[in-house]
Order: sequence, then C-alpha cells, then structure tokens
Amino acid sequence: MTEIEPGFWTALADVVAALCLLAGAFLTFAAGVGALRFGSLLARMHSVTKPQVLGLVLLLIGLALRVRSWSAVAMLALVVVFQLATAPVAAHLLSRAGFRTGKVDESELVPNQMDPSDEPDGPHGGA
Amino acid sequence: METVMLVVVAVAAVLVAVAALLALVRIERGPSMLDRALGLDLLAAALVGVIAIEAAWLRRTETIPILVALSLVGFVGSVAISRFAAREPAAPDARDDADVGDGEERPVAVLRVEDAGEDDGTEESPETPEERP
Repeated sequence: MTEIEPGFWTALADVVAALCLLAGAFLTFAAGVGALRFGSLLARMHSVTKPQVLGLVLLLIGLALRVRSWSAVAMLALVVVFQLATAPVAAHLLSRAGFRTGKVDESELVPNQMDPSDEPDGPHGGA
Repeated sequence: METVMLVVVAVAAVLVAVAALLALVRIERGPSMLDRALGLDLLAAALVGVIAIEAAWLRRTETIPILVALSLVGFVGSVAISRFAAREPAAPDARDDADVGDGEERPVAVLRVEDAGEDDGTEESPETPEERP
C-alpha cells in the first residue's frame, strides 16, 4: 500500500466515526421518541432498551475511532460490556415489577409465560 | 474536514439532546414509578451519549472514565426502583389497592425499611408459589 498517501487511514477513520456518531445519535433519538409515544409500559421498555443500547454502542465506536488510543478503547469496551450486561437485567426487573404490581395488561401478552395455565408444559419458571 | 465534523457533531448533539428532553417529558408524565425509572435510564444514556460526542469532537480522553461511572449508576437506579416498586402491594398498611391498575403510583412514604429487610425468602412467593418445590 505504498500508493496510498499517509493521511488516508486517519481520514477514513474520521469518516467512519462521523457515520457512527450520526447513526448512534439517531438511534438514541428514536429511543426517546419511543419512550414518549408508546402506549404501554412494556412497549416503552422495549424502545428504551434495544435502540438505546445500540445507539450508545455506535456512539462509543465513533468516539473510539476518533480518539484512536488503546487505553481509551479499553475503557470504552468496558462501558459497552456494562451496557450489554445491565440493560437486559434492568429491563427484566422493570417489566417483572410492572407485571407484579398490575401495570401490565395481560391480554396483550400473546404467550403469557407468567401464567402457568397458558402453556401445556407448565411454567418455565415465572421469574 | 473539520467543518464536516462540526456539522456532524452538531446534528448528533441536537438529536441526543432531543432524546433527553423526550425522556424528561416521560419522567414528568409517569404515569407509574416504573415509567419514570425507564425515563431516568434513557436520560443517563443520553448523558453518556452527549459526553461521548463532546469527547469525539475535541479528541479528548479525560472524560471517558465518566462514561464508565454513569453507565453503572443508571443501572443501579432503575434496579432499586423496580425492587421497591415490586414490594409495594405487600405493604400491610398500604393505601387501598385501587390505584394499582390505573397507573397512578403511591407516594414514596409507603416504602418502609422493614419491607426491604424481608427481601430474602419471600420475593418469589406471592405470584409463583409452585416455583420452589
């Protein structure tokens, strides 16, 4: 790759970082719209967990491509691991608390795995 | 290149700031404490996103440990709220349970210390008693 000028790879990293920042910010914005517009607790929980985590991961990838230092990349990977590990747990706890305090409309749950009579094999462990 | 990056950073910052505003509106509206916990989760994520965008613009690495701390704090907050919200109906002197279904939360004063203390064996029992053979 002697034909490529020296600044090519840094410029390419900046362009990819800009694209990642835009995509991540848009996904975070989509999570905000979903959290405001969706009608039930579980729908809002869905929009707050999935697009928000992907948007945050994209933002952090963009930041890592922009700063380009290995210590920063290590800490950003730690943030990504924390997010991926804690977001499902938090969403699960929230939806379970909502179910137990009667804030979830059970007729909306098509396979209602919290109801033992809904499945022929018995419950899969409701919690 | 720098002007392009400035436009990208400005657009991204505006999008994340609007997401934070929408999360604030959700926190204000509720209607339950769990919805507010969701809004706080999203607000913490938007905060992390804004700090990441600022660090990407200035190519600085000093603020990255803040991201690690914030991502953990948001998790602890929503977990604590969901634990106490799950315990609410079991409170013996709780107010009448008519407001459980219509999405209006009880005041925080109902949450008492002794309710949190009996956390160990009784947490799964009211709804799924057959889970522990």
